[in-house]
Amino acid sequence: MVELLFWPALIAYGEAAVAYVGVLRRPDLAARLAIWGVRIGWLAQTALLAVQAYQADGFPWADWAGALNLFVWFAVGAYLVYGSSPRYRLLGIAVMPCAAALFALAGLGGAAEQSGSDLFTAVHVGLVVAGFAGFALAAALAGLYLWLERRLKRRPVGLLRLGPPSLVTLDGVSARVSAVSLAAFSVGIALGLVRGHDVDLAVAGAIAAWIVFGSALFFRRELGWRGKRAAYLTLAGFALVAFLGLPAGHLG
Amino acid sequence: MRVTLVGVSHHGAGVELRERVALRLEDARAVAGELARDAGEAVCLSTCNRTELYVAHDDDVDAEARATRVLLEREPELATALYRLRDEAAALHLFRVAAGLDSLVPGEGEILGQVRAAFDAGATGALLDRLFRQALYAGRKARAQTGIGESPTSVPAAAAALAQQVFGDLKGRRILLVGAGKVSEQTARSLISRGAEIAVVANRTLDRAAELAGRFGSAALPLERIEEELERADVVVASTGSPEPVLRREHVERALRARRGHPLFLIDLAVPRDLDPAINELDGCYLYDIDDLESVVAESLGSRRREAAAAEAIVAAEAEEFRTWQASLEVVPAIASLRARAEEIRCAELAKAESRLGELSDAERRAVESVTAQIVNKLLHLPTVRMKQAAAAADGVVYADAVRHLFGLEDER
Repeated sequence: MVELLFWPALIAYGEAAVAYVGVLRRPDLAARLAIWGVRIGWLAQTALLAVQAYQADGFPWADWAGALNLFVWFAVGAYLVYGSSPRYRLLGIAVMPCAAALFALAGLGGAAEQSGSDLFTAVHVGLVVAGFAGFALAAALAGLYLWLERRLKRRPVGLLRLGPPSLVTLDGVSARVSAVSLAAFSVGIALGLVRGHDVDLAVAGAIAAWIVFGSALFFRRELGWRGKRAAYLTLAGFALVAFLGLPAGHLG
Repeated sequence: MRVTLVGVSHHGAGVELRERVALRLEDARAVAGELARDAGEAVCLSTCNRTELYVAHDDDVDAEARATRVLLEREPELATALYRLRDEAAALHLFRVAAGLDSLVPGEGEILGQVRAAFDAGATGALLDRLFRQALYAGRKARAQTGIGESPTSVPAAAAALAQQVFGDLKGRRILLVGAGKVSEQTARSLISRGAEIAVVANRTLDRAAELAGRFGSAALPLERIEEELERADVVVASTGSPEPVLRREHVERALRARRGHPLFLIDLAVPRDLDPAINELDGCYLYDIDDLESVVAESLGSRRREAAAAEAIVAAEAEEFRTWQASLEVVPAIASLRARAEEIRCAELAKAESRLGELSDAERRAVESVTAQIVNKLLHLPTVRMKQAAAAADGVVYADAVRHLFGLEDER
C-alpha cells in the first residue's frame, strides 16, 4: 500500500518540477501542468502519511527518512498556499525540484517504522520539521526576491513578461513565513531540550539557525533590515540548516 | 435578413477624414434609428479610429446604399476609403474590432466599452442583438484567454507597471513629482489611477508647482528642497528642463538612512536626464530613464502582437458560430410552418376522433393529447435537426424549399 502511494506522489512531484522549469518558456500551459502535479503529489503523499500513521504503533516518522518525508509534506503544503496563485508560480522552480529530490531520498531510506516514540516526540518532531519546512519556503521566497531584484536593477528585455510577485510582497511574505516557522521551531527545540535531548552538533546547529532567523526578524523590526539584507540572512539561515543536515541529523 | 457593414477606419483614412464622420453617441443613436426604419436594425460604432455602420435588413442592397449615403453626406471625399462587408465577413470584422485586433495598439482595452456603448445606443433586433452580444463575448474571451491586453503600451503605463513590480499594490504610495511638465503629469496620473497619491510637486518655479499641486490636492516645494521629501516618497517622477541632474547619488544616499530599507522607485523622463544614473547602484533604489521605459513599451507591443495570433483564432471560432446561427435563420420559417401544419393536423384528427372515443375523463384526455403531441414531436425532431445542419452547410435553402414542397407549405412562405 505504501509503495502504491509513494510512486504516484514521486511521479507527480517530478512532473511538477519539470513543468516549473517549462514555465519560463510556456508560462500558462506549464504552470497548469505544474500546479496539478503539486496538488496530486501532495494528496498522494498525504494519503501515504495517513497509511503510515495507521500501520505504525507509535510516531512513525522519527527516523531520518520519515522526518524527511514529513518535511517534504510540510514544505509542499506550505508552498501550495502560495503556489496556486499565478504570481507565485516562479517559486515552484526553487521548491519543487528540491521537494522531489528529498522525497525520493526519503523513499530510498525505506518505509517508516514504528520507533516506540510517544506523543511528546510526535509534537517535538512535528514542530521542528514544520519549522524546517517553513525556513525552506522562506529561503525560496528570499531567492526569488534576489533574482527579481537583480532583474529590476539590470532591466532586461521582457522584464514584465513573467509577472512574478512584487519585491515588497516577496519580502513581506518571506518575513511572515520566517516568523511563523521560527515560533514553531522554537517550541519544538524547547520541547527537545526539556526532554533532555543531548546538546550535540545537530542541536548546536539548530540553535545557530534559530539565532540567524531570529536575528533577521529582530534587525528587520528594529533597524529596518529589509530587502536584500533580509533575503541574504534568510538564505544564510537555511544554508546553515541544509549544511548541517539538520532535518535528518537532528531527528535521526 | 442580412448584415451589412459600411465603414471607414484608420487603415484607409487619415484623421482629417475620420474626424468629419465621427459621431457622438447621441448622433450615433439618431443615425441608427434612421437606418433601422422599415423593419430593419442598425448600430453605429464611432471611435477615434473608426466610424462603422452595421445594418440588418431584408433588402441588403438598399441598406448598404443608405448607410453609404449617411457617411458620404458628411464627407464626400471618403468614397474611396469606405469598406463594405456582409454577413460572416462583417461579423468577423466586428469581433476583431471588439477584441482590439483591429486597433492601432493591439488589445487596447477602451474599444470593448465603445462597442458596448454603440450597442446600447443602437436600434437592434434579433440579428444585431446576437451579433453585438457575441462580439462583446468574443472581445472578453480574447482578453481573458490570451495576454493581448496585459502589458503596458505607453511610457506612463510602463512606469506604473514597473512601480507595481516593486511595490505590488500602489494604494497609498507617495509620489514626488519633480518638474511640473506635461509628461510627468501624465505619468503621475497613470500611477494615481492605480491608487498612488501625489504627495509633493517640486519645481524650479514655485507658482507652477503650486498650480499643479493644487490640481492633485498635494503640497508644492521648491526644487532645492526635494531631498527632504526623499525620505518619505515611494516613487519619484522627474521631468524638468534642467541641463544638470537635479538629484545626485549622494542626495539619495543620505535619504536612504532614514528610509529603513523601504524601496525607492525613480522614473527619469527628462532629456538631459534629471537623475544621476549612479542612483541605480544604491540598495533598494530602482531607476528607469526614458530609454528603459520605451524599451519596455516596445517589448510589450511585440508581446501583444505575438498574442494576437491566439486571439485571432478565438474570434474566428466565434465568427464561425455566428455564421452557423445566422444560416439556421434561413430554415427557421420552414421549420415553424412545418410544425404549425403538423399541430393543425393533430388537432383536427383529435377532434374527428372525439365522437369515436366517447366520454373521456380529464386524465384520459390529457394522456391522449400527450401521446399525439409526442408522436408529432418525434417525427419532426430529426427533420428539424437535419435542416439546421444543412443550413450551416449552406444547403439550408434547398432543404427548406424541399420541405415546403413535400408538405404543401408554399403558401406560408
